[in-house]
Amino acid sequence: MIILDKLSKSFNGIKVLDDLNIKFEDKKITVVIGRSGGGKSVMLKHIIGLMQPDSGRVLINGLDINLLKKKELNELRKKFGMVFQDGALLDSLNVFENVAFPLRRHMKISENEIKKKVFSVLEDVGLEGHDKKMPSEISGGMRKRVGVARALILNPEIMLFDEPTTGLDPIMSDVINNLIISMHDKFNFTGIIISHDIAGAYKTGDIIAMLYDGKIIEYGPSEDFKNSVNPVVKQFVSGSMTGPISI
Amino acid sequence: MNIIIKLLSPFEKIGNFVIYTVNELGSIVIYMWDMMLSIAAYFVNLENLIDQMIFIGMDSFYVVGLTGLFTGMVLSLQAYYAAKIVGVTYMIGPTVALSMLRELGPVLTALMITARCGSSMASEIGTMKVTEQIDALEVMAVDPYYFLSVPRVLAAMIMLPLMAVLCSLIGIIGGYIVYVYFLGLNHVTYIDKIYQYVKLSDIYNGLLKAVFFGAILSIISTYKGFQTSGGAKGVGKFTTQAVVLSSVYILFADYLLTSILF
Ligand SMILES: Nc1ncnc2c1ncn2[C@@H]1O[C@H](COP(=O)(O)OP(=O)(O)OP(=O)(O)O)[C@@H](O)[C@H]1O
Ligand SMILES: [Mg+2]
Repeated sequence: MIILDKLSKSFNGIKVLDDLNIKFEDKKITVVIGRSGGGKSVMLKHIIGLMQPDSGRVLINGLDINLLKKKELNELRKKFGMVFQDGALLDSLNVFENVAFPLRRHMKISENEIKKKVFSVLEDVGLEGHDKKMPSEISGGMRKRVGVARALILNPEIMLFDEPTTGLDPIMSDVINNLIISMHDKFNFTGIIISHDIAGAYKTGDIIAMLYDGKIIEYGPSEDFKNSVNPVVKQFVSGSMTGPISI
Repeated sequence: MNIIIKLLSPFEKIGNFVIYTVNELGSIVIYMWDMMLSIAAYFVNLENLIDQMIFIGMDSFYVVGLTGLFTGMVLSLQAYYAAKIVGVTYMIGPTVALSMLRELGPVLTALMITARCGSSMASEIGTMKVTEQIDALEVMAVDPYYFLSVPRVLAAMIMLPLMAVLCSLIGIIGGYIVYVYFLGLNHVTYIDKIYQYVKLSDIYNGLLKAVFFGAILSIISTYKGFQTSGGAKGVGKFTTQAVVLSSVYILFADYLLTSILF
């Protein structure tokens, strides 16, 4: 279980997260939606210790991540897989080496086993035959899938996805959403997905939460979320210009 | 009131500059400390180290060689105009050799490698920073200092002295070419006098300087890379800062080291 407890974070005097509380249940997929620039990526970066809160705590299975020593933090991070908004592939390495990277760093296994694992995950994400390409030679959707493959390679307990479908065409978005669902069925991780794609959220999420004004203003199973009476949520879900959300 | 503020503004600028410089130096020291801790925590990744040594060494051969050659030739020529007046043209050899070994070899090599490799260290790490690749490394539990800085800094400290000696040697050969073929002087005196006047300590001290310069340029360049923010423009800005700052610190350190060593 991951708990964000009264998390606050400001940049240059502007509050991005404001006493934010949320919990992410084990083995479930929680989708956090919210406006562009609303602090979703910032929240995600707190979960994995890339950013430190001004106040509040990030508890992962009861451990406060900001009290850990560097070594302990690195041990904890091995349980995570993270898919970045733009892939964040190492651009000096080809697709195969990118996916093999965590294996080479953290597992003492033979070259043959590395090959077997990498090819198997590449197949899972539908990228067989692209292993020799460089990140600059593949499309955005493929980069995201390589990102997913790299995040999955160590069989993490927790997967973080930062806008896995933003910037992709509807078909590729659906491919990625289905990929997340099938990978979740196969590996059974705790999933946290950041998104502003409502349809995708309903499809992939067990639980949906909405981040607005630095706080979680709605949280619940996707059926409940659909019927939310919160005017902000209603406006966001319907994608309307008029309503309580100021532009 | 306004006048007072205007009068004070230069002081404010100086004050700001001092604060900025002290702050920056402090951050660099902390950065070096982090890097040293990460060497202690893991062992050095040989593969990365060798890649960087090739990049800093072999690949810079032409740049450094040409710099050395022309500098040596010019030195020989300039020394001739001065030496001719007092009739000591036999001192041209030692002049070229000592200038190259003690001073120009290490400094010019360091400046050329700053321009060539320092800039690419800063821009490569800077690009990785702004495209979240550094974050990705951290998330994958890989220490970015260990993975990116340590091999670059070690490689620079190992290769700089080698390249500096090479630069000096080629410079001495360049001086020889001018001395013998353009000025038509006796080639035996050129070499004899070098043997007579150049001590081994001149070479050692030049090498020691080069080690320091290698550390300076690689530490500052990688540090600036990690500091990068603000997209493509930021990469350009911090790369420029890396090159300028490295060059200035190299020249400053050169003065300090010269006054200590010689
Ligand atoms: N490192 C940083 N320094 C300063 N401000 C930052 C930093 N990171 C984020 N911010 C600010 O925090 C706010 C939230 O950013 P964040 O990236 O979390 O938005 P987001 O919800 O992920 O948006 P998007 O959907 O467009 O990715 C923005 O206003 C941004 O300017
Ligand atoms: Mg974001």
